[in-house]
Amino acid sequence: MTATVTDRPPAGRSRPSLTTVLAWTAVALAGAVAWAMIALSRGENISAVWLVVAALGSYAIAYRFYAKFLVRRVLRVDDRRATPAERLDDGVDFQPTDRRVVLGHHFAAIAGAGPLVGPVLAAQMGYLPGTLWIIVGVIFAGAVQDMVILFFSIRRDGKSLGQMAREEIGPIGGAAALIAVFAIMIILLAVLALVVVNALARSPWGTFSIAMTIPIALFMGFYLRVIRPGRVVETSIVGVALLLLAIVGGGWVQDSGLAAAFTLSPQTLAICLVGYGFVASVLPVWMLLAPRDYLSTFMKIGTISLLAVGVVIAAPVLKADAVTSFASTGTGPVFAGKLFPFVFITIACGALSGFHALISSGTTPKMIQKESQVRLVGYGAMLMESFVAIMALVAACILEPGLYYAMNAPAGFLGATAESASSAVATLGFSITPQDLTAAAASVHEQTLVARSGGAPTLAVGMSEIFSSVVGGDALKAFWYHFAIMFEALFILTTVDAGTRVGRFMLQDTLGNIWRPLGRVSWKPGLWATSAAVVLAWGYFLYTGVTNPLGGINQLFPLFGIANQLLAAVALAVATTILVKSGRLKWAWVTGVPLAWDAAVTLTASYQKVFSADPRIGFFAQRERYADALDHGTLLAPAKNTGQMHAVITNSTVDGVLAAFFALLVIAVLANAALVCWRAIRSREQPASTETPFVESTLAAPAGLFPTAEERRELAHTAGRGDTP
Amino acid sequence: MRPAQVLRSIRWYLRELTGENQYAHYLRRHSAAHPQATPLSRREFERHRVDRADSHPGARCC
Repeated sequence: MTATVTDRPPAGRSRPSLTTVLAWTAVALAGAVAWAMIALSRGENISAVWLVVAALGSYAIAYRFYAKFLVRRVLRVDDRRATPAERLDDGVDFQPTDRRVVLGHHFAAIAGAGPLVGPVLAAQMGYLPGTLWIIVGVIFAGAVQDMVILFFSIRRDGKSLGQMAREEIGPIGGAAALIAVFAIMIILLAVLALVVVNALARSPWGTFSIAMTIPIALFMGFYLRVIRPGRVVETSIVGVALLLLAIVGGGWVQDSGLAAAFTLSPQTLAICLVGYGFVASVLPVWMLLAPRDYLSTFMKIGTISLLAVGVVIAAPVLKADAVTSFASTGTGPVFAGKLFPFVFITIACGALSGFHALISSGTTPKMIQKESQVRLVGYGAMLMESFVAIMALVAACILEPGLYYAMNAPAGFLGATAESASSAVATLGFSITPQDLTAAAASVHEQTLVARSGGAPTLAVGMSEIFSSVVGGDALKAFWYHFAIMFEALFILTTVDAGTRVGRFMLQDTLGNIWRPLGRVSWKPGLWATSAAVVLAWGYFLYTGVTNPLGGINQLFPLFGIANQLLAAVALAVATTILVKSGRLKWAWVTGVPLAWDAAVTLTASYQKVFSADPRIGFFAQRERYADALDHGTLLAPAKNTGQMHAVITNSTVDGVLAAFFALLVIAVLANAALVCWRAIRSREQPASTETPFVESTLAAPAGLFPTAEERRELAHTAGRGDTP
Repeated sequence: MRPAQVLRSIRWYLRELTGENQYAHYLRRHSAAHPQATPLSRREFERHRVDRADSHPGARCC
């Protein structure tokens, strides 16, 4: 790779100095040693630090060499060309913004609960498959997708993924992309809401703290609107302080007479969340969403940095196996199916996330000053997200495997008590005594940790282990646990609010073509009706997830993963088509290989979910099994009555139809894209370019995080417009 | 970098990231484009800015 980077040096570029060469050799060696430690240690527990070093070393090499190669040779970025932010600068939508600020914005928009939840669930297969896919996947697929889509959108005035799909692939591709975005949004919101429900169920401490975020956000919104308009930083500092107080206060509430009022069943919580989602999404943005967004951004950046520091200082030992037997048998309790394809479906966000293509073709391309900055913003932000996923995996894998399975298997399998959970876990081949299970719950001041699936409680227990071994010891364990729960629930609720708005907006846009008033965003009845429609859609899946005897996460998470990876297939197909049509067939493998892999994963997973004869995996096999039993008048565990039998039958039918529908969508897009590419290759002349014509840039800005000496000279010469201190 | 400089950089970054500096940017643009006209007050500007988000929802990812 070094050869390809240096064989065509642009004018004025010097050979790398000896120190640079030595430094990169050291980075490569550190990464290689860490990988060797991970790969070669068998039967002994290794330190989590090796995972961190392997990840950081690999990221550094990938960013320096592979991303640079992509930017120079494949994308051919051109800093003499003005970006849309510079050309169309209106101070509102389009605005050239300092690269570090854009990086922060982009990262805050792409990072959410996904990379925290997926790796925790995937820990069922052991730490090795997850680590490998998070690191290899991000380098060759996820970060490539984010950066390439960002670049292509910049060259097209910041067009969205849907618009690019329509223009490059055709109306079928465009329509499929639109439907995929809407469908993934609904499933995503349902799954994330389910994570919150499972984290808060019967936990007065957590429920109180999260409930308090509503008055805190309202106060911040009012303060920013009326008292001190625009003073976001001071308001956020006050908000974060109040948030910490709410976490401490939750502990007091738990021990007081108020505890009963905040002890809610999963069903009640689900209804509360649906109600909250509706009200939050019809209120003006300034009241709830904007202040919540500031809070979650600060909490996100703060907690993730804390976790990184914590992992390095505490250097916990991984207690999970490198690869568990579930990888090959496919009988894992957290999610069914073998390593291929389900580990890739489950990890989703930390390695490759189709959703990011929407952000990369949303606000980010309208803020970038220079084309070369796509490496920092597009590739770099995704590497950071992947690192978050690695830390989530670490937090899950430092737990005793017995505790992990007692927390993550479905309630129907574990039963309700520590004793039943202990014996259920023993049937999986792991062990935890009922006393240890009760003690683990008591140490974080929870009534029970049994069947707290969804990833958030597991991550919170792992994080509280790490944090409390650095600060506070056992005394602060409960605080850190609820701190972690708060941190996840906070930005899941922000996503629920923002996602409902985006879904509503899409619905209004589409329905406005049929009946005009519905398309008007200011018409209140239309706004309420479409909001209600979106909320009820995800609310339906949330409620079925909460009440499903087979476990909502077990049933719904694969659907969410498939939908997300399907969107990635659409994005990679758009990128590959653009490369082929613009005469870069020889570089089409850059997005073509990840596309082929992603299509293989997604289609295999969909195929198994639809056609597998194993009722644990195939939705229709599951449906048939329960329908047969019902016909014979027998009950099948874990269902306890005919109502639950009917619930399983309905849910597996809906989920199976959805899985088949998703697969058909991706096949339609891929076939259409393949046809367009084939025509482009066959035709003698190159298709007309879909890029905006070249306009000379007058702006100077560094490409990377730190300006090079040459960039400093140029900046001093032209005095850039940025407001760098 | 001296500690004071570090603190100033952090403050600048947070203000940029949260959009607190948007008003300053707006004033600069406004005085360059329309030197005669009175710009919006801070209160009016921030209202416009946040209310615009009502009709332009931004996605947050998973």
